[in-house]
Formats: sequence, structure tokens, C-alpha cells
Amino acid sequence: MSEYIQHDKTGNSVGLVEKQFFRFAEPPHEMCLENGARLGPLTLAYETYGTLNREKSNTVLVCHALSGDSHVAGYYREEDPKPGWWDIMVGPGKGIDTDRYFVICSNILGSCMGSTGPCSIDPATNSPYGLSFPLVTIGDMVKAQKALLDHLGVEKVLAVVGGSIGGMQVLEWCMRYPERVVSAIPLATTTRHSALAIAFNEVARQAIMADPNWNGGNYYEGPRPDTGLAVARMIGHITYLSDEAMRHKFGRRLQGKDYFSFNFDADFQVESYLRHQGIKFVERFDANAFLYITKAADYYDLSNLHGAGSAVEAFSKAQARFLVVSFTSDWLYPTYQSRAMVQAMKKSGLDVSFCEIEAEWGHDAFLLPSERLSALIRGFLERVGRESTGESHAL
Amino acid sequence: MRFDLRLIASWIRPGSKVLDLGCGEGDLLTYLQEKRSVSATGIEKDESKVAHCIERGLSVLQGDINAEIQDYPDQSFDYVILSRTLQQVYAPDDLIRSLLRVGTKGIVSFPNFSYWRVRLQLLSSGYAPVTEQLPYEWYDTPNIRVITLRDFMKFSRDMGFQILKMVAINSDFNNKVGKVVKFLPNLRAAYGIFLIGKEQ
Repeated sequence: MSEYIQHDKTGNSVGLVEKQFFRFAEPPHEMCLENGARLGPLTLAYETYGTLNREKSNTVLVCHALSGDSHVAGYYREEDPKPGWWDIMVGPGKGIDTDRYFVICSNILGSCMGSTGPCSIDPATNSPYGLSFPLVTIGDMVKAQKALLDHLGVEKVLAVVGGSIGGMQVLEWCMRYPERVVSAIPLATTTRHSALAIAFNEVARQAIMADPNWNGGNYYEGPRPDTGLAVARMIGHITYLSDEAMRHKFGRRLQGKDYFSFNFDADFQVESYLRHQGIKFVERFDANAFLYITKAADYYDLSNLHGAGSAVEAFSKAQARFLVVSFTSDWLYPTYQSRAMVQAMKKSGLDVSFCEIEAEWGHDAFLLPSERLSALIRGFLERVGRESTGESHAL
Repeated sequence: MRFDLRLIASWIRPGSKVLDLGCGEGDLLTYLQEKRSVSATGIEKDESKVAHCIERGLSVLQGDINAEIQDYPDQSFDYVILSRTLQQVYAPDDLIRSLLRVGTKGIVSFPNFSYWRVRLQLLSSGYAPVTEQLPYEWYDTPNIRVITLRDFMKFSRDMGFQILKMVAINSDFNNKVGKVVKFLPNLRAAYGIFLIGKEQ
């Protein structure tokens, strides 16, 4: 996921918001992780917008992608230059309308934006975990989110929505807590990484680990592996765009010059763009967190985890109504992967809608302003809201 | 709401599960949802039509009907509707077989190629007919199958499925009004609508 944060042209915003923290899994009640380890105490950074209604039936849980955070919409301070990362989708009157829905987003476990991750202090040693942090999985992230929802008094969510690695969390919610999810919107995602996706992640991880400053993950006292992390981010950005998007955005244009420099400076705009994205990223992200989260995404395999190798079997555990959306130019999680997911959902008798949106911006398209995507999500949420109210009245 | 779609709707038992193959912008499904409280699913290949359907609260999948229908378990629906699309299908026999596998009943409608206006055009002008119901030239038509009401009845015998009900109608393409043709339907009706089921 890249930094496409844009201001909403209509000027609609949830306004000023506050990051909150939920601390739980205090020893001896640590959280049991998928790999068998126990981890605690844990902190989740989260934000909420809108109001939980009396029936507690209007919660929309947003799951963020690799480098995202809990700051989905609005501003922390008046003078913030940018709003949250999905401000175009979440706000009053928007696709996810904060006048109607109670929106929750928490920073994922293993990340570095306020939730417990490898850069957090290990209470046992009083220094950052580094590589002694256990390998958390997508399932663990979801388990932690569930603890937060329990804490907030939300029994059932109207919808879980997210793109990319956020989409994997959406799917995992439907597997682990089927009775708590009324509907689910996995966007630009997959039930498991292709070899191509794993390959890109591996090259990005190698870039970090090859940086001498990385020092086996133990760098919090000294210089950080900025070069490695920046290169990892550059690789990521290539996968978020597409051939077509890059052709339009950069072509072979040169950056601030008419002739090649005949050295190894950034000549082409695309070089300069990637370098810029890399540098910007190291200011806000932790290299170890990048390693942990990409590995969690690579490990995720819905069919193996929940269906003994069969996606149909896995989805037969789900109860949610689904809206699956893919984007034509996404080559990281291409449409065929969404189609395979939809096929398995149909075979297991689930209610599923699917739309492939024509978009030239590659994987990142789900973060960009799209009237179509907003309208799809708005319409779908209205419908599932209506149907779930109808059902609860019928009972 | 189109006359033929109203007729189709009148055949559908309230509260049933319906799949509409080639559901367009979802007019029939919305109508069925509102008036017959069916559980409605649609398949449509055009992105903007699919989006329109989902925005208006329908459960619709983007894809090719011939492929998408394969994924449903047997007898997933009470009715599977194929409205004004059979003449565009490359393998009608496969599709009808699938239709009766995933649905208890099928509702199939198509323009009648032996309608007298079609016959007259061919006879008098010698050109391939271009009519209100089949408004394309031979070189740009999506309608690759030429079917008459009588053909479909023979098709049912050849394929071994049952025609449970049949109505022949006349109505203009988007006309809200129309009428049922009882006398010499194969000659006098522009469209046929069939309710089909598996042979008992």
C-alpha cells in the first residue's frame, strides 16, 4: 500500500480524531499465538469514528494493509497536512458513511504504528524485542482485533472491509469468527500469495537484512537499516503500480534534466520517484515490522489453514455475505485470484457479489478515489444493513 | 417494467431463490425482490451494469454466464432465468443442461425467428431480416442462433427436458404493454417464454 493519501474534494471529513490505545493480554493471560508462543501484554492502537447505535448493529471494521495504521480518516490536529489513509472512503456521506456507521480501525499486531511489534519494549528485558518478537500471523492479528471489539462491546460487525493484506484479515475474520461477521468486503486481495508475490517480498526482506545496520534485527540503539528499508519500499512500489500506470506516470521522462548524467544519479523520473518513496518511508516505518508483516502475509493460506487444502471447504465455515472487488491492472493480486476466491464461495453456497473494476493504477487502485468503488461499498452496506435488521426483526 | 418481465415474474413463487443469467441492470431482480421477496442473484458481464446492480442492493457477479453457472452446487435455485439471451449463446445445449442442474426450474425467453414480420422480410427483400426484436445487421449481431418457438419445442424433446408452461407474446422492445398470442403463436408472436423443468 502506498502513500496516495488525498484530500477529499468535497471537504467532508470526520474532522479531528484521536488515536487510542487498548492494553490487554496481561500476564499470566498472554495471547496464544498460532505458532504456539504466548505474547503479552499487548497494546493495539486504534481509532473510531461515528457512533455505535443502540442495537450495536452498525459497526464497520476497517483492516489496513502492510504499511497502514489506525489513522483511516480525519486529522489529529488542525494543521496536519494530510488526513488518514482512506479519508476518501470514510467520512460523512462517503462510501463508508460515518453518519450511519461506527467505524473502527486498529493498527495490526506486529506493526510499528502504536501497536505491539518488534520495535516495542519487551517487558522481560526492558529493551526492544527485535527478532525475539514471535512471528505473528494474519490469524493472530485478527485475534487481537477481536479482543479489541470485545473491549468496545461490539458483538457483531456489520462489515469487515480491507484491501491487500487488509483483505486477508477480512477473510480470516470470516473463518475464525463467522457468527460475528454479517458481511465482508475483501478488496484487491487473495486467499494466498502467489510465488510472484512471495518472491517480491523475499527480495524486499533481503534488501533489509543485507543492510549492515540491520545487525540481526538489533539496531534500535544505533543507526537504522534505512538503505535496506528504502530499497524494500521501492520494490513494493513497483508491485503496487503496473506497466501501464508507470508508462503514464513516468514513461522514460528525465527528472529535472534534459540529458543523461552519465553517472548513477537518478536520471529517470521513475528512479527519482522510487527513491523519494523509499526515503519518505524510512521516516515512519520500522524495518523489522516490515519483515514480520510481509512474512505473515506470505504464510497466509486460507485453504490450508481452514479447509485442509480446499478453499471450498474453508469458505463453508463462513456465514458472511461477500462483496469481492478486484482491479484490472493489479498484477500483485490479479483478478484470477479474486475469481478463484469467488468460485470457492459460490461452491460453498455463500452469497457473493463480485466486480472487477477497470483501473490503470495497479494494485494501489483500491486506495485511489473511485466513484465506482465508493458506490459499490455504499450500496452493499445499505443492503446488508437492511437485510440484517430484517432478520433480527424476524427473529 | 417490461411486459415480458412482468409475465416472467408472475410465474415465480414468492420467497423462492432466483438466479438471473445476464441480469443487465437488475430490473427484473429488483422487481422480484420487492414484489415476490425472492432471494435474488444475478450474473452479468458488463462492469458498469454489475456495479449498478450492486449499488441498488442486489447480489450480482461479474462474469460470463456459461462459466459462472458451473460453480453452483446442484439445485441451488428454485428458478434460473435466461431472458432474451438464448439466441446469443454459443452452446445452448450445455447451458440449458447447467441451468436445470443448478435450478429446479428454468425460465427461458427469446425472440421468435418465425414471426411473420421476419418471414415476410426475408421473403420480400431477400436480405437477412432486421427487426425490432433482432435489430442488427448480419455482420454485427450478437444473436448467433436462429430459433423459432417450434424449434425450442423440438429442442426440448431432443434434449429431454419438459416444457411446463409456454406463453407467446407480442410487445415492442422496451414496451410496457404487450399481449399474449394464443392463435398461431409460431407465426404471430414476436417472443416466446418457456417454463422448463427436468423430465419426470
